[in-house]
Amino acid sequence: MLLSLNSFLVLGALLFCIGLFGALSKRNAVSVLMGIEIMLNAVNITLVAFSSAFQKSAHGARLTGQIFAVFIITVAAAEASVALATIIAVYRRRNSVDVTDINLMKW
Amino acid sequence: MDLASIVFLVFAAILVGSALAVVTLRNIVHAALFLVLVFGAAAGIYILLNAEFIAIVQILVYAGAVTILILFSIMLTQNPNSRSSNPLNRQALIAAGIAALLCAGIIFALSQNGAIAGSASQAVTANVGNAVNIGTLLYSPTTYSYVLPFEIATLVLLVAIVGAIVIGREEE
Repeated sequence: MLLSLNSFLVLGALLFCIGLFGALSKRNAVSVLMGIEIMLNAVNITLVAFSSAFQKSAHGARLTGQIFAVFIITVAAAEASVALATIIAVYRRRNSVDVTDINLMKW
Repeated sequence: MDLASIVFLVFAAILVGSALAVVTLRNIVHAALFLVLVFGAAAGIYILLNAEFIAIVQILVYAGAVTILILFSIMLTQNPNSRSSNPLNRQALIAAGIAALLCAGIIFALSQNGAIAGSASQAVTANVGNAVNIGTLLYSPTTYSYVLPFEIATLVLLVAIVGAIVIGREEE
């Protein structure tokens, strides 16, 4: 029973929480982004596991979960490029990428 | 225990171990290299789930492009007068507590739900070659497909390219 849907979901939950810890607890902005990438990967694993578990249906293969995973990968790539450009722009102005120093919009 | 279960255990151990290394290592370059291992092991999990198209896209986009982008920005933003390149902030303990609580909550909810777990005992089947089905579902103009979300995704990518160039360029 190791290859049931639940073991993949538990794996996704573990990865998501590790990524959440990384995104919440890091000072370096690039590191925060790496945590977010791990979280997106965990969600992708969950979606693909659901898609694979419910693949057999009356109309052939059900692949909606895998389509969603493709869209998540697309948006993650766009997000990574814009976020890293922002980090480099911030570094150029302030000579630091410490997210605890960047508090201009905090009240 | 059959071969697929052993493969799953190996990939799951690599995934969790290298993800923990990404969030705990003090040197950010090592963390970024362990991120490659996370992406590669996730691709292995996708192959185990009969999703070889997603696995190849994962290798191409994540292990190829995103990792190179992250390594480039680490190199461009290294600060030589900081002792550790990847320190924890003051909320690290609270963050660990929140993450552990969320994980325990999700796993508790999964253990309570027997209906989904029962209907999906054959998670891994023997059919391969789903790239054609994904292509039909993604592009087909006549049957039910995701062609409009696909076009919107291309627009998102275009905006991201232009935005990255505008944000990242040098100011005169």
